[in-house]
Amino acid sequence: MLYAILCYHFEDVVTSWTQEEDDAVMERLGVIHQKLRSDGKLGPAVRLLPTTTATTLKKDREAPLVIDGPFAETKEQLLGFYVIDGESLDEVVGIARDFARANPGGSYEIRPVSLYLPGSL
Amino acid sequence: MSELASIESALVAARPQAVSALLRYFRDLDSAEEAFQEACVRALGSWPQRGRPRDPAAWLIFVGRNVGIDTVRRQIRQQAMPPDDLISDLDDAETAIAERLDSEQYRDDVLRLLFICCHPELPTTQQIALALRIVCGLSVGQIARAFLVSESAMEQRITRAKARIGQADIPFEPPGAAQRAERLSAVAAMIYLTFNEGYSATGEAVTPRRPLCDEALRLARLLLKLYPAEPEVMGLAALMLLQHARARARIAEDGSIVLLEDQDRRLWDRAMIEEGLELIDKAMHHRSPGPYQLQAAIAALHAMAENPEETDWRQIDLLYATLEHLQPSPVVTLNRAVAVDKVRGPQAALAMIEPLAPRLNGYFHFFGVKGALLLKLGRRQEAQAAFDRAIALANSPAEAAHIRSHLDRLIRNSEAPRA
Repeated sequence: MLYAILCYHFEDVVTSWTQEEDDAVMERLGVIHQKLRSDGKLGPAVRLLPTTTATTLKKDREAPLVIDGPFAETKEQLLGFYVIDGESLDEVVGIARDFARANPGGSYEIRPVSLYLPGSL
Repeated sequence: MSELASIESALVAARPQAVSALLRYFRDLDSAEEAFQEACVRALGSWPQRGRPRDPAAWLIFVGRNVGIDTVRRQIRQQAMPPDDLISDLDDAETAIAERLDSEQYRDDVLRLLFICCHPELPTTQQIALALRIVCGLSVGQIARAFLVSESAMEQRITRAKARIGQADIPFEPPGAAQRAERLSAVAAMIYLTFNEGYSATGEAVTPRRPLCDEALRLARLLLKLYPAEPEVMGLAALMLLQHARARARIAEDGSIVLLEDQDRRLWDRAMIEEGLELIDKAMHHRSPGPYQLQAAIAALHAMAENPEETDWRQIDLLYATLEHLQPSPVVTLNRAVAVDKVRGPQAALAMIEPLAPRLNGYFHFFGVKGALLLKLGRRQEAQAAFDRAIALANSPAEAAHIRSHLDRLIRNSEAPRA
């Protein structure tokens, strides 16, 4: 089963990291990425630019409305996601725990994937 | 990151919201700051055991308000808050506070806090020092190091500046649309000044002043989150990101300035450039150009060129022309002349800057550009005179060295045998 791990964190905190702090987090995550990759469990992973760069298209009307900013103003912001090939929810929760140790703060939302298109990038 | 460091960065991130809301409650900057400090102390005691609250700013405001009210003995039974050690478990109470925080008023709270630092009677360095102290929460020592003065001198300056704004009487009612626009523009200017204090540093000042750039970026992001649809705020953030992205390439190891065309572009920070380009792209969709957007667009054209030869000088010339129209200034015309030189040649550029002489008579860069143009035109003696004047006007040894290297190179090039 494919699962998405949606990464929520306090954007103010993450954008306040110094380059050294950011590098340290990425290095710790890199160790986990490497293991997942060699186990053949790591799908596409994405780190998003801050929500200040977001644009939202409201399509609940005939002529969609384009507005600045993220869709929802939340306490923690969606800052990235992983696609993971897991045997079970338990296994994916375990992987999320590993991520959490490498990058504490915020939350991970784990969602099973219903359609996966690998794309052509 | 250790847990303590992670809590500390959450406290720093929550500071502008928390202090500005506490200022609204207490109507007094010192009380608001003290209440915030006390709330932070309690957070450091409580969060490691109880876990971090979902909304750190709301928690700090809640606790800070409680503490402050205790301190001033203004407590009335009905207004009593739950004790702070219960708050992390009280989801309902926290949600209610958080909802109040999301309101329009909260946005205006932060803007007000930034705006009171921009009091027009305060010299710009004091405005910046105040914003760094009150909004960003830098220590007096950190600010003193950035401004290369002693801690006690900085302490005095901040105390004087606070006394000044204490008398300013900025209304606490939500501002009207025009007033809000006026505050936004003053705050944007203060943020850009803060950035420039860091960005313009050379030599030994580079490292101590670097936090000024980081803090200015943090403030711009904060402003942008509060006002996500303001194209000039996007422009300001984009401009600073695109300039700051070059930080590692533009100062040599000896502290001297490396010219844009000589910089190792591999040292530019790609993530910052991406973010800056996205923001300026978004801003331009509003079709409401302003000075920050135009300057950011110019910086974007430099950032997009993989090497100096690919720079789109024609477009840069047009952007400067629009900037000249919106915000006429001899310095803008001078900058435009650099682009005009690339597009139409040194004669046209020189004709453009000559009328500026009376106004830029004491301006280092004017003579630097003038000398370079004269040299290109083969008018060596006049060029030499302009460069000498530039060196005499240099504000730092790095600026003087910059002109000398400019001079050396142009002389070398013009001495090369002509085909």
